[in-house]
Amino acid sequence: MTQPHHAEIIDLDHARRRNAVGVSTRPRCSAEIAPGQACRNYAGHSGLCRVHEPEPADHTAAHPAGGDSQPLVTPDGDDEASFDEAIAAALAFLRRRLTGDYDVDLYGFDRELTEQVLLPLARPLYQRYWRLRTVGMEHVPADSGALIVANHAGTLPFDAIMTKVALLDEHPAHRHLRELAADLALRVPIVGPLARKTGNTLAHEDDAQRLLTSGELVGVWPEGFKGIGKPYRDRYKLQRFGRGGFVSVALRSQVPIIPVAIIGAEEIYPMLANVRFLARLFGVPYFPITAQFPLLGPLGLMPLPSKWVIDFGEPIDTTEYGTEAADDPMLVFELTDRVRDTIQQMLYRNLMGRRSIFF
Amino acid sequence: MAKRRQRVLITGIAGQLAGQLAARLEADDSIEYIAGLDLHEPSHDLTRTEFVRADLRNPLVARIIDSTRVDTVVHLSLTAVPSSAGGRSRMKELNVIGTMQLLAAAQKAPKLHKVVVKSTTAVYGSNYADPALFREDVAPGGAPRSGYSKDAVEVENYARAFGRRREDVVLTILRFANFIGPTVDSPLTGYLGLPVVPRVLGYDPRLQLCHQDDGVEVLYRSVTGSHPGIYNVAGPGIIYLSQAIRMAGKPTVPVALPFVQGLAGTLRRSGRVDFSPDQLQFLLYGRVGDISRLRRSYGYEPRFSTRAGFENFLASGRITPLVEQETVRGWERSLHQLLTRRPASKSKVTT
Repeated sequence: MTQPHHAEIIDLDHARRRNAVGVSTRPRCSAEIAPGQACRNYAGHSGLCRVHEPEPADHTAAHPAGGDSQPLVTPDGDDEASFDEAIAAALAFLRRRLTGDYDVDLYGFDRELTEQVLLPLARPLYQRYWRLRTVGMEHVPADSGALIVANHAGTLPFDAIMTKVALLDEHPAHRHLRELAADLALRVPIVGPLARKTGNTLAHEDDAQRLLTSGELVGVWPEGFKGIGKPYRDRYKLQRFGRGGFVSVALRSQVPIIPVAIIGAEEIYPMLANVRFLARLFGVPYFPITAQFPLLGPLGLMPLPSKWVIDFGEPIDTTEYGTEAADDPMLVFELTDRVRDTIQQMLYRNLMGRRSIFF
Repeated sequence: MAKRRQRVLITGIAGQLAGQLAARLEADDSIEYIAGLDLHEPSHDLTRTEFVRADLRNPLVARIIDSTRVDTVVHLSLTAVPSSAGGRSRMKELNVIGTMQLLAAAQKAPKLHKVVVKSTTAVYGSNYADPALFREDVAPGGAPRSGYSKDAVEVENYARAFGRRREDVVLTILRFANFIGPTVDSPLTGYLGLPVVPRVLGYDPRLQLCHQDDGVEVLYRSVTGSHPGIYNVAGPGIIYLSQAIRMAGKPTVPVALPFVQGLAGTLRRSGRVDFSPDQLQFLLYGRVGDISRLRRSYGYEPRFSTRAGFENFLASGRITPLVEQETVRGWERSLHQLLTRRPASKSKVTT
């Protein structure tokens, strides 16, 4: 008796997994993310994935801007002359600030204030507290315009500030990132002018395009308030990417889009709830209850010391589509989705290689 | 060039800008005749210009255009300051009804072939949701609803309507940023001349200024050349209000937003600074126009950047600083000597 031929029923998931895991011969990363649990990322040349590749040995030398912009720090054994110079530089700086003898650009970017005063305040957070590591800095052009697109999270926009520090300190050309901010951020007293002075401008097509065509590095967080104010349970799940305005701007200015994944920012203020009526009362998009705020009072404003990685992905070329593609909504949607998917994949890849939130 | 020599009518000749323009035109041989129209005597010494004392709101204006046989009208009599016009309602009358009358008369003048209208970047309003630079064709988020800026919007509307009806006429609308210069007397200069300059707490507007010489030059080129359209006119670059106050060497006091209206009212009544309520928004967000169209069409690069223009204004010595720039340099020198003399202070300073 012959067995009648049955169609073989294969579980779709199973087949896919077998194809993906069984057939592939690419080596896996040899690092462990936990005892007995291997990293599942593909390995690079060194037998480790991009996440676990050892950091360059001259890591401390990778902060040259930190050294440049602080002429006050005199190395041991230095002679009196350089000390005098440092004093003179510091006093000249104070005098310039006191008498208004400095230049700001049309958007209100105050380079001197940013480099000498405001970013040095953020640098300890960058180097010591969140121990930032950057990957793929070579994807960021040295002297031409590019649009940096990243995920947004963390209740307060520390991710934007850290990306700014990363590009200034670790990029060989020490580039200043010009962020596109929500109009609400520019409206808030004290914060608004500070944002402008550190290089932010309104997320408006005109501003963005003018900056990009003049060769600036422009940063945008298209998730906006949906991203930064999302609950902790939705961490690393990208929200809708606006209406794709950033893609049409990149197309019009013919600059590459650089997808960026920021790991760590989503855990600094784990947002448990959003008090809607308080948010409405204060006229803000969300009023967070986080793990530490308001439970710990003022201490709750302290972010958690997660370990951060900023992964700069491969640039997405826009020149192949031409400027007129900006008026093709289908293409703009497609590209928007592509950028979003790329960042989501980069997030997953980095998360899989992560040992813990804090290390 | 066998070109017909131009005959020009300037309204608001008593104003600084109009006076300077008339002087500049007088020196030009290709200008055959200049008439200046105003209620007050011109402030400048003019030789060739014929002064016509008349009220723009009077239908007489049509006869003046006719009898002087002018082919170019430069409309500069837009006032920003209510007190100089004798109250806000009279200011509106002069600005808006005056423009209406003038343009109605101009429409009936067959010889006319060029109209230059002075406007202001105040038409863009001042709002946090505005782009950093206003292009001439961008619709602003917060269109002004009152005061001087609304007058300017209405003046522009009449001018554009006129332009549509008389397409043979070259119509130039110039949106000037706040004027600055040695002889400029404006609410802004009065404000910076206060012994202590009040600022709105937590806000720092970007200022864009137009030096008077650049203003005159652009007006002159508008009269002699042909530049139809709307143009922002200002010096390149910006300064922050805080920076301007520091450059002027003035002490400043931050005032919380809820008290600003009251303070502005007090200052207005004291007659020191005529900052109308509609201009207060400007102290929060400022405004900056994009001048690339001016550069392209006029081929003109303003001689004074915003900062250079402001320095030029300060150099005229009309604002007495509390602390001179030289004094600060003196402090710098003595502090430097003090700090470098004793190495014991080294560790304190370097950390």
